[in-house]
Amino acid sequence: MKELVEKLNTKYALQDIIYQRDNMVFATISKELVIEAITYMRDYEGFAHFVMMSCADWIEDNKFQLTYILNNPQQRCDVALRVMIERENPTMTSAHHLWKQVWTYQREIREAFGIQFPGSPRVEENFVLEGWTDKPHMLRDFDTHEYAEKTYFPRGGRTTNDPATYMREKLYPNQPVTAKKNKNVE
Amino acid sequence: MLNNFFGFKPDRSKYPSVNEDGSLNIDLSSHQYTKLWLGPNHPGVTGNMAMELTLNGDEIVEGKTHVGYLHRGFEKLIERRLFVQGFPTSIRMCVAEPDTNEYLIAACTEELSGYDKQIPDMAKWLRMLSLEMARLQGLLRGVPGQAGTYSLGIGVQWGVYLRDLILDRFEELTGARVYHMYIIPGGVRGLLPEGFKARMEDNLKDIDDFIVRIKKLMFDNAIFKKRSIGQGIVTKEMVDKYGVVGTTARASGVKRDVRKDNPYLFYDQLDFDPPTAEEGDIYARTFVRWQELIQTVDLIRQIMAKMPEKGDIRAQMPNVLNWRIPKGETYVRIESGRGEYGMYYVTDGSDKPRRVNLRGPSYTHGVALLEDLLVNTNIADIHALMVSLQTCPPEIER
Amino acid sequence: MSELNINSKVQEMLERSEQNAKNSEKTFVRPEDEVREVVAPDGSIIKINPLYDYFSGERPKEEKPKNAIVEKFLNWARSESIWVLGFGTGCGSIEIPPLVTPRYDMFRFGVQMRPTPRQSNAFIISGYLSVKTLKRVIRSYEQMPSPKYVIALGSCTINGGMYYDSYSTINRLDKYIPVDVYIAGCMPRPEALLAGFGKLKELIKEGKAEKANEYARNFDEYKANQKKIIKDWNMPDYNW
Repeated sequence: MKELVEKLNTKYALQDIIYQRDNMVFATISKELVIEAITYMRDYEGFAHFVMMSCADWIEDNKFQLTYILNNPQQRCDVALRVMIERENPTMTSAHHLWKQVWTYQREIREAFGIQFPGSPRVEENFVLEGWTDKPHMLRDFDTHEYAEKTYFPRGGRTTNDPATYMREKLYPNQPVTAKKNKNVE
Repeated sequence: MLNNFFGFKPDRSKYPSVNEDGSLNIDLSSHQYTKLWLGPNHPGVTGNMAMELTLNGDEIVEGKTHVGYLHRGFEKLIERRLFVQGFPTSIRMCVAEPDTNEYLIAACTEELSGYDKQIPDMAKWLRMLSLEMARLQGLLRGVPGQAGTYSLGIGVQWGVYLRDLILDRFEELTGARVYHMYIIPGGVRGLLPEGFKARMEDNLKDIDDFIVRIKKLMFDNAIFKKRSIGQGIVTKEMVDKYGVVGTTARASGVKRDVRKDNPYLFYDQLDFDPPTAEEGDIYARTFVRWQELIQTVDLIRQIMAKMPEKGDIRAQMPNVLNWRIPKGETYVRIESGRGEYGMYYVTDGSDKPRRVNLRGPSYTHGVALLEDLLVNTNIADIHALMVSLQTCPPEIER
Repeated sequence: MSELNINSKVQEMLERSEQNAKNSEKTFVRPEDEVREVVAPDGSIIKINPLYDYFSGERPKEEKPKNAIVEKFLNWARSESIWVLGFGTGCGSIEIPPLVTPRYDMFRFGVQMRPTPRQSNAFIISGYLSVKTLKRVIRSYEQMPSPKYVIALGSCTINGGMYYDSYSTINRLDKYIPVDVYIAGCMPRPEALLAGFGKLKELIKEGKAEKANEYARNFDEYKANQKKIIKDWNMPDYNW
């Protein structure tokens, strides 16, 4: 595992390498090199199984994080490559030619985050939503509660409590509000 | 194969003709092709999923799947909830085997917050028991369900009845029938009730009997054999190309089982060997699944024999209301009844997760693989094909 | 003063955007739903409009009860033959198979599943409804012959349940189609479902299950609610 990461590091200049488990490593790679890297890993290092592709929205850094997770069935280890791309007009190179299921992931990510994958088959088609006119639904600045209240007809009588305050009031009504903090909490 | 010998197979090499760019030349106004929407409310379709079929006679020349009828936006909802509130939300992602979701989200949060080493042994055994029971109830629907697609409905009646017995045991153990919420961060919610093992053993004996009878009903049945042998073949090469996992991959001769490859919990202490087959057709997949059923019954017996009588069932965890997990990300996978089931979990240091993404086996089986297997089959075989790939739409769209 | 000239490139772009604007008005009509001419097998040319030609344009009508004795007899007959449409719209549909098997056996109450809306008179909304499914539900509901009944299963049909803040699922079912019986729980047990059928039978026998008439009476209101959330309304208003 270590040798492989070093080999990849010299070839593709990985950053932020984190060994999450003995057989699982996360690393950041530049946007231009990722397709080359996963092609190399598939063809020469035995990472034949494409596990998944996912996207996370780091709105405070103005970045999207795309993660490609590959699995080596013989060595039983996983490598996850992170790619940070800009949040404005996000575009990513398509990897649909490498595995057959990749276009499904790309189609979903395009719908959920608005990232474009030029050349990926059927990428413009709707995946789960139909007639959606708002902004992409998985973005952090899309407030689903507000949208639901505005669009659907919420039935009256539903109250939401902050669990911590509510529990304190119910269970320890006489205790002062500045409760003892748990050690594990930062 | 049998089909070529007994049945008539038309020569489809000439149509539809292919355009220069590789797309099919399907002219709907030529009266040669029909467009048919199968689903979303077709009783034969597993879950709500539509298939847009282009037909020539009753043979499919092109099939497109449409999902999203069961979309609830779980991944968005979990981002708005505390870590512990994510548990009751996450298990509803897949109704067929909810416990796998429970375990996954527990394993992810524990690993990221550094509590995964402190889970007591008793809790691990109980987690394994609940996971295997979930697999068993899934297989009790799935194996006879394959016969049900060929109108052998009696197997379904037996299977659903026996599944109900397992749900009774779940009710005893957890208090709920379908959505259990048994696995919680740090451990499980309760010990085995008194007399549980004896009652479970009674049910397992019934299932043993069922296993013998279902073999006669399905694998010795001419109709079942004729319609399933040689249909929907997934070859060995396709396994990596399409990301095929679980029993579907094992039926194509690729022996992959997360329980063996990356043992989690105490699976390395159990004695089992994942069954495989070489053919990769519907018959082989069902046969592998049937063997899996035998193995699951045996595993439950092994777990009940090996697990300790008493012990801690929960680790000391922080106050769930103020539980914060430092920034990090992980991917945890387990073997569900249908194959590799994984969760990608990203935290950002706050009291809510940043991103949760589920990777179910249906995501690849139900869209990319199914669309390619649909071509050149008949309408009557679609249902069998979908059940044999164990397509579960809520897992695709979440 | 010469008139302002638009250079040819810009003119081209303008035309394109005008074209786009024109197209975007009808983006929700699929190509196979567009008005077109087809050649019939005998060679004649027919103009068809798939969205409207295959449906009656008539609004639903309220059905006045007939004389009391006949109506009582009819209601008895209706209550003993509840035929349910086999459309599992959510996760509640996993509790339907146990109902068909001997342990719970709903056949003994005259309840059975039917594959098509044209043969059924009860609709179980088994749980949450995403907007995409709601569209199909409305279409199936309107195709069912009257009198028809709706059983809403699970908390999510009552007030959204645990999906109250989801962008994809509706909160209240009774805003879109009228509901006769609610069965609460997440998810309700098969016994609860049987109790729900029992309640529906009582209502039918008492002549209170007249929600199909209510739908006809408040048709415009229901349609307005439906169209508010289904933004790509590409089907006729009256689907029967």
